[in-house]
Amino acid sequence: MARMTMREAISRALWEEMERDESVFIMGEEVGVWGGTYAVTKGFYDHFGPDRVKDTPIAETAIVGGAIGAALTGLRPVAELMTINFAFVAMDHIVNEAAKLHYMFAGQFKLPLVIRATSGGGRQLGATHSQTPDAIFAHFPGLKVVSPGTPADAKGLLKSAIRSDDPVLFIENATLYQVKGEVPEDKDYLEPLGKSKVQREGDDVTIVAYSKMVQAALQAADMLAEDGIEAEVVDLRSLRPLDMDPVIASFKRTNRAVVAEEGWRSFGVGSEVSARIYELAFDYVDAPVKRVAQAEVPLPYNADLEQLALPQVEDIYLAAKEVVYG
Amino acid sequence: MDKKDYLSLYQEMVVIRRIEERSAELYQRGKIGGFLHLYIGQEAVCAGIGSVRQAQDRIITAYRDHGWAISAGIDPKIVMAELLGKQDGCSRGKGGSMHMADVDLNFWGGHAIVGAHIPIAAGLALGDVYQKNDEAVTICMFGDGATNIGFFHEGLNLSKVWNLPVLWVCENNQYGMGTSVGRASAVSEIRQKAEGYGMRNERIEGMDVMNVRKDVSRVLDTIRKEGGPYLLEIMTYRYRGHSMGDPERYRAKEEVKKWEEEDPIGIFRRYLVAEKIATEAELDTQDDEAEKITEEAVQFAEASPNPGKDELFEHIYVEPTPIEYRGYKLEKESEEN
Repeated sequence: MARMTMREAISRALWEEMERDESVFIMGEEVGVWGGTYAVTKGFYDHFGPDRVKDTPIAETAIVGGAIGAALTGLRPVAELMTINFAFVAMDHIVNEAAKLHYMFAGQFKLPLVIRATSGGGRQLGATHSQTPDAIFAHFPGLKVVSPGTPADAKGLLKSAIRSDDPVLFIENATLYQVKGEVPEDKDYLEPLGKSKVQREGDDVTIVAYSKMVQAALQAADMLAEDGIEAEVVDLRSLRPLDMDPVIASFKRTNRAVVAEEGWRSFGVGSEVSARIYELAFDYVDAPVKRVAQAEVPLPYNADLEQLALPQVEDIYLAAKEVVYG
Repeated sequence: MDKKDYLSLYQEMVVIRRIEERSAELYQRGKIGGFLHLYIGQEAVCAGIGSVRQAQDRIITAYRDHGWAISAGIDPKIVMAELLGKQDGCSRGKGGSMHMADVDLNFWGGHAIVGAHIPIAAGLALGDVYQKNDEAVTICMFGDGATNIGFFHEGLNLSKVWNLPVLWVCENNQYGMGTSVGRASAVSEIRQKAEGYGMRNERIEGMDVMNVRKDVSRVLDTIRKEGGPYLLEIMTYRYRGHSMGDPERYRAKEEVKKWEEEDPIGIFRRYLVAEKIATEAELDTQDDEAEKITEEAVQFAEASPNPGKDELFEHIYVEPTPIEYRGYKLEKESEEN
C-alpha cells in the first residue's frame, strides 16, 4: 500500500496499463504536450511518445468517434473529455454508437473503449462547466458508467475499465483529485466493474452514495457516530450496471436509507436507487427514503450561491437523523 | 480482368438491383418493417469500388447499405434475412436494413445517424496506422446530405491533421432526403469542401462502373503510395425516393427519367457487348441467374426462423453482466455466445 492522491492513483493506473499493453493509448485535448488539464497525464508524452499520447483538436465528436473506430480495430483507446459537460457535444457517439454497436451488429463489433471525464461543481466555473449529469449516461444499456469515490477504487476500477472489452464512461470528480488514501501498489490490482462496496459498516441507517458523495457520506457518518448513530455507507462505484445487492442487504438490517448524489434530484441516481429499495425491500421500510441532491438550478458562479446549491455533508447528516428519528 | 470477372461484376449489379426491387415489394407487403432506403441507380459506385478495393481495405457506409453489403461479399440470402429481421441475418435480425455488417469481410456497417460514422472511419484508419497495417485504406461512404453536418468536418479535419489513409467517398445522388444540394450546401460541388482541409479531391462520374473502377483504383494507389486522406465526389442518382415513405414532390418525373436512360446496368451492358466481351445472350443468362439468386434469397429469408427470446439479451455487453427483465433479475447473465 502507498498513500497517494486520487490524481496520482488515476495517473498510476493509466501508466501501468500503458506499460503492460501496447494497444492502450490516450487521446484527447491537451493530454500530451500540456500534460493534461488536470495534470493526470503529466510526463506521459515524454515517456510514451506522440503516437500513444495523442493531442486532438478541440472536437469531441472526433475524439469519441475516432476512439470508437480505433477500438473496433482492436486497440484500447482511453479518450479524455476534459469535462463531462463537453460529452454533450459527443452525445451521439456515446449514446448512438458506443452503447449500441455491439448489440446492433449481434456481437460482431467490440469496443474496448474508455472515455474519461471530470464531473462535479464547486469550482466557480459557472453553469456550463459545473454539471454532474452522470445519471443521464447511466440511462443507456450497452454503456458502463463508473465513478470512484476513493483513490484505491479509482486505481482498481480504471484498470478494470481499460482491460474491459465493453465501452466504459469513467467519471472523475475534479474536486476529489487532492483526496488522499491508501492505494495497493500491485500492478494487477483490479476492482470489479458493476459491484457496489460497503465503505463503512453500521446498523442504524444506510447511506448510499458514489463519487464525491462517498467522501461526504463518510464525514456525515463520523458526525452521526458522535450522536450515537452508526451509519453504513454503501458506495455504488458503478451506476451501470447498478449493483443493488449490498444496498438491499444493508437496508434489510437498518430499515432506513439516505441516497446522496451531487447531481440534480429529478430523474437522478437517488430516484433510481430509492425506487429499487421500495421494489426489492418494501416490507423492511421503516421510514421514507431521503434523497440528498443538488438544488434544481443551473449552478451560479458566485461561490456562496454555488455552495448553497450543492449538497453538503450537513445535508446528509440531517437527512440521516430524519430517517432515524422521523 | 478476364471475361469471368466482367460477367460476375455485371451479375453483382443486377443482383443488387433485383434484391432492392424485391425488398420494395416485401416492404409493401409488410414483411420488411421500419425504414427501407433503396440503392437502385447507384449500383456502379458500390460495384466499382467493391471490385477494386483490396481485402485489407475497410468499408464503412451510411444507412443505404444493402448494395454495399452485397458488394462487400455478404451472401444476398443473409442480407435478405436481415431485412426480414430473421435469425440468419448478418445482425441476427437486431440491426435491420440500416445496420448490416460483416467484420470478417472488413465491412464495418451500415450506420443510421447521418454522418456519425465519418469520425469512426477516421478512427478505423488510425487503428491501421497504429498497428502498422501499411497497405490498408479505410473507404468511407456518405451522401451529399451528410457533408453539411458537423461530424463530416471534424472527421475530415482529423484525417488530415493525423494524415490518415482514408478514401472519403461522397455518393452524390443530389438529394439529402428531399432537399437538393443547391438548397442545402453552401458550395455546389461537394469536393470543394475538402479544399478547406487542404485535402486532395476530385469529382468523378459514377454511372459507368468501368469509370468508377479506373478512377478509384488510381486514387487508392495514390493513398497507398503517399498516405493521407483523399476525397472523391462520385456523381450518381437514386431512382427511388429517399425511403419507401417518400412522396417525391421535390423532383420532376422527367428528371428521374433522364437519369434512368443513363442506367448503370444498361451502360455496362452496352459496353460489354460493344467491346465484344460478352454477347447479349450471355448477359441474358446472367440476368436469369441474378433472378434465381434473388428468389433463393427471399425463400431462404422467409424460411429462416425469427430470433428466439434469448436473443433479446445477447450482446448487450461482451462481459457477463446481470440482466433484468420487467423488474426481475434473470438467472442467466448476458454474455458472448
